[in-house]
This record gives sequence, C-alpha cells and structure tokens, in this order.
Amino acid sequence: MKKIVIHEEYCMGCRLCEIHCLVEHSKSKEIIKAYKGEYPKALPRLLVEEKGYISFALQCRHCEDAPCLDACMTGAMHRDPKTGAVICDEDKCVGCWMCIMVCPFGVIARNTQGKKVASKCDLCGGEKTPVCVKYCPNGAIVLEEI
Amino acid sequence: MEKTKYLIIGNSAAAINAIEAIRERDKNGSIFLVSEETCHTYSRPLISYYLGNKVDEARMLYRPPSFYEDHDVRTCLGKRVVHLDVSAREAFMDDQTRILFDKLLIATGGAPFVPELPGADSEGVFTFTTLDDARHVKMFVSDHCVKKAVVIGGGLIGLKVTEALIDLSIQVTIVELSDRILSATFDRTASGIIERGLMKTGCSCITCNTVEKILKGKKNLVNGVVLKEGTKIDCGLVIMAIGVRPRLDLVRDTVIKINRGIMVDEYLKTSAEDIYAAGDVVETYDLIAGSPRPIAILPNAAQQGRIAGTNMAGGDKKYTGGIAMNSIEIAGIPTISVGLTDPAMIPGKETQNDFEILQEYNERDSLYKKVVIQGGRIIGIILAGKIDRAGIYTGLIKDRIDVSQVKDRLLKDDFGLLSLPKEYRKHLVTGHGIEV
Ligand SMILES: Cc1cc2nc3c(=O)[nH]c(=O)nc-3n(C[C@H](O)[C@H](O)[C@H](O)COP(=O)(O)OP(=O)(O)OC[C@H]3O[C@@H](n4cnc5c(N)ncnc54)[C@H](O)[C@@H]3O)c2cc1C
Repeated sequence: MKKIVIHEEYCMGCRLCEIHCLVEHSKSKEIIKAYKGEYPKALPRLLVEEKGYISFALQCRHCEDAPCLDACMTGAMHRDPKTGAVICDEDKCVGCWMCIMVCPFGVIARNTQGKKVASKCDLCGGEKTPVCVKYCPNGAIVLEEI
Repeated sequence: MEKTKYLIIGNSAAAINAIEAIRERDKNGSIFLVSEETCHTYSRPLISYYLGNKVDEARMLYRPPSFYEDHDVRTCLGKRVVHLDVSAREAFMDDQTRILFDKLLIATGGAPFVPELPGADSEGVFTFTTLDDARHVKMFVSDHCVKKAVVIGGGLIGLKVTEALIDLSIQVTIVELSDRILSATFDRTASGIIERGLMKTGCSCITCNTVEKILKGKKNLVNGVVLKEGTKIDCGLVIMAIGVRPRLDLVRDTVIKINRGIMVDEYLKTSAEDIYAAGDVVETYDLIAGSPRPIAILPNAAQQGRIAGTNMAGGDKKYTGGIAMNSIEIAGIPTISVGLTDPAMIPGKETQNDFEILQEYNERDSLYKKVVIQGGRIIGIILAGKIDRAGIYTGLIKDRIDVSQVKDRLLKDDFGLLSLPKEYRKHLVTGHGIEV
C-alpha cells in the first residue's frame, strides 16, 4: 500500500501540513470558516513534533500489525479493504480511548467537542495524495509505495 | 452428523478475530460458530453505554450485519455446547445435536462470579456482563422507576455500570471489600481521584465493607441491602459486579489442562491436539508479572483470537504475552492505566527498593501522571485527566526499552517521540517512517 514517509531533515516545522489537514477535514473546506466558524471545529489529523532544530510531522503509520485494531472495542477502527488504511468510523466510535492507550506513535487524538470520537489520519480518503504531502513545500513528507 | 473444518465456540472479540484470521489464509474451509447468546456479535464493553442511553442496539454490533455472510460462517446462535469429546473431536450441544470438527477454538470468555447471599433471588438483583443483562436492567429500571441502586464491587464492571446508572439519574452506592475502588489497577491516588469524582455526581463509595444480605419487599422486589456491620441501605436495584472468571465448565471434565484459566502454549493451543483457546477464558503469560494469569480485557482477547485463528489455518504466529491495561472515563475524568501501577501490589516488601516512581499530581484539577520504573524500564503508568499520547508509554513497556537516559523527559507536557532514545525512535519507524 501507499504510505506517508517522513524525512525529518527537510522539515522546517512550518506547520502548513497541519493547516491543510485541518481545512481538508472541516465541513466547509475553507480556511477561515474551518478555523473560526465551525462547531465542532475540525482537528488536524497529524501533529508536528519540534525540539530545537529537529522537527517532523507525524501521522498514523497505518501499521501492518495495528494495535489500535485489536484494542478497539466497538469495531469502529477498521482497515479499509481497498486502500489498506486504518480508518476510524466516527459514527461507531464512542470515545473510549482504548486506541490512544495502545498507539505507540501517539497519533490518535481525542475529539471531545461534539460527540466524543477518536480522531486520526484517514489518508484523505486514500484515493488522492493526502493534503499534508501535497502541500509540504520541502518534500519532508512524501507518499511512497511500501 | 454435522462436520466442520473449524468449530468456534463463542461469538465475541476472540471468536470474531479468529474467524477473520482464518479467512485470510483459508477461503473455503467450513467454519461453524456456536454461541449461547442469541444475538449477532456485539461489543460487550458497550452494554453500559447501551444502559446509559448513549448507544442504541444497532450501534452495539462489533462487526457489520453481513459479517457471517461475508466470511462464509454458519452460525448456530442460542445454543450451548455442553460437552466435548476431545479424542473423537466432537462437540455436543444442549439440544442433543452433535458436531464433528477438525480444529476447535474455545472462546467462551468469562462468567460473572455470583456470591451466595440471602435474598439474592429477589427481583431487581442482576449481574452485568451480557446484552441481555443490560436489557433486563434497563427494563426493570423503567418499569419500577428505580431511584437508588447498590452496586456490589468497585472494579471495572462495577464502575461502568455505575456510570450508566448515573446517566439514568439513579443515585448509586458502591460497596467495595477492599479499602478503595479499582484497587486491582489503580494506586491510592488514582482511586481517590475517581472516588471524589463520583461523589460529586451524588454517588457514594463504601469501602472495606460488603453486603451480607439483600432485603425483599413487596412482590419479591428488592428494597435494600444490609452491610457487614449492620447498616441498612435502601435501594430498588442491586447489581452484583464482584468479578468475572474464565468460563471453564465445558473443559473441566476433559483432558484439556486448566489452571485459573485454560492453559495454552505460545501458539494459543491447549494441551489437546488441534484445540485452541483465546480470550477471557485463557491464562497467558503476563509480560509484567512474568507468569501466566488470565487478563480479561478486550485487546488481549482480540489479539489472541487473531493469532489462534492464524495458527488453526496453518500459520505459525506466536503470542508472546499480554499486559493488563485499561482506559476508562468516569465522572468526566479520562484515565488510562497500564501494567503494574503500584509496587505495593507485589507481595514481599524486600523488592520494593528496585522501583523508581516518577509522578506529578494536581489535586485541584484531577490531573495525575505516574510512571513506575524497574531496572531502567517502565513497567507501569497511570494517567488521569490528560491521557493524550498514552500509547507511547505502552509501547515502551511492551518493547522493554531502557529509559534511564530519558527519565527527566517522561513527565513533560511535550512528551513525544522526540523524548525517546534515538535508537528506539529509529526502530519504531524504520523504512516506513521517520528517518533519524
Ligand atoms: C460491562 C463490561 C465492560 C467492559 N469494559 C471493558 C473495557 O472498557 N475494556 C476492555 O478491554 N474490556 C472490557 N470488558 C471486558 C471485555 O468485554 C472482554 O475482555 C471481552 O469481551 C472478552 O472477549 P471473549 O471473546 O474472550 O469472550 P466473551 O466476550 O466473554 O464472549 C464469550 C461468548 O461465548 C459464549 N459461550 C460461553 N460458553 C459457551 C458454550 N458452552 N456454548 C456456546 N457459547 C458459549 C458466551 O455466551 C459469550 O457470548 C468489559 C466487560 C464488561 C462485562
């Protein structure tokens, strides 16, 4: 499957990936509305870690042996049979945070604004290039066939 | 007589994951599933959400309605397997039907432990482990306008049912034998946080005490309980949540070896050829304790089921062991506990000096972080209030990573992959992820 590979040496910590990710996962898909006019406000599905000169964007690794799939008690977390991506069905999710307890990358976030749901990278649907990759000015995150 | 390649007893996390794994390797071998419960596979932990009206029955399903069809499984729901003939590879059901199998998975889970109490036969006394239990409690509560309830047992299930009853505006009293609630998984501080949280919602916790008698009123309906030292508590509902034990009735009179649970090897195979077991019914190696014991949690059941299924279909996957862990949100306070959270839980004080405890506690905001380290490795954590990125600690525990060099970073608010030893970070993401 195609996975997002991270090259931290190219990352400047500009956080454009975070902004584009949030907008892509908003209702309006418009930046001002997404940030200022929507409730529940969309969350970015990735995070940027930064310390001194090192920084990198990190999102779900869509693990082969994904512990979140075993831990999910509702069956919301599942593997998309077409793309191989690990997806959370937010309608089924009850926000028990079992997935957060086991994800070794710490890339699943709590969304508690409306109905509680686990929020994570969905590879932007899996059909197109994820927006974080598309808009990264430095090629610090790239999509590769693994 | 019926014959099947794979016979699965049980219809929950372990059974379902086993079926998925079997079908990944074997598209055609016949699968026959027997379950005592009549319903489609559902999420057992959701029964408290269902009782508390947070989830409807349709959302209880653990897999889509078409699961059995999609995986070509013949089901026999509402029947119980009552006897196994291990050498003849034959299972006997409660309606006298029999079925022959090549491979068997025992995924019978756990059964609630029910203490013998005078008055326990009153109407309005329930255990709470199945969807039917939840339906019955729900119906009883609305039929009898229950306002007060007593929950016997302050463990995971006791607290889950308490949370649901609070959502139904019922005033709950928890009666717990130990000196605090959640004593098996939490330390004193964390138990205190939850106890205070529950108190704010109008609930009370009575510890170091137990129910000696259940009182009956009109029409055989429960109307109170009497505690050990004689105190009487009025209530219209009693839930017994003392604990769950591996359900061993089926294997007791067979050659299959049991201890506290069914004993299995690393392939999840029992002592009998071609017979596997997984989930709450087994005891497996506890990676922290270093010895086998039952750890009745869903992630373990699912993983074991998947591995057992793989091996039943000819694979050779190993299960190295599990860790006790849970994530529960009570009284609005999210908590996660993993592994050994309190060295005091280990009998024998002489080893206590090996441990190093890092902790940070903000009582006012119910924020708590604790990391237990032994021999340079994390063996347990508790997080309350803020649980974000908890899995990074779980990974460090599972992979037995030496954290001696990064100890000062473990409690920091910006704790993340950048806080970890570089080699581990590399290992986590080799090839597929971060290049360091
Ligand atoms: C209220 C509640 C809340 C919980 N919350 C959590 C939580 O938050 N996190 C967590 O990790 N875990 C939780 N658990 C535990 C979790 O539900 C179990 O670990 C998990 O369901 C175990 O799955 P299993 O497949 O081993 O067995 P089970 O889910 O116990 O299923 C076993 C099935 O086998 C059937 N069966 C048994 N014997 C026979 C027989 N002889 N013939 C036919 N059928 C038979 C039973 O009827 C049952 O359907 C909770 C449990 C309860 C009750």
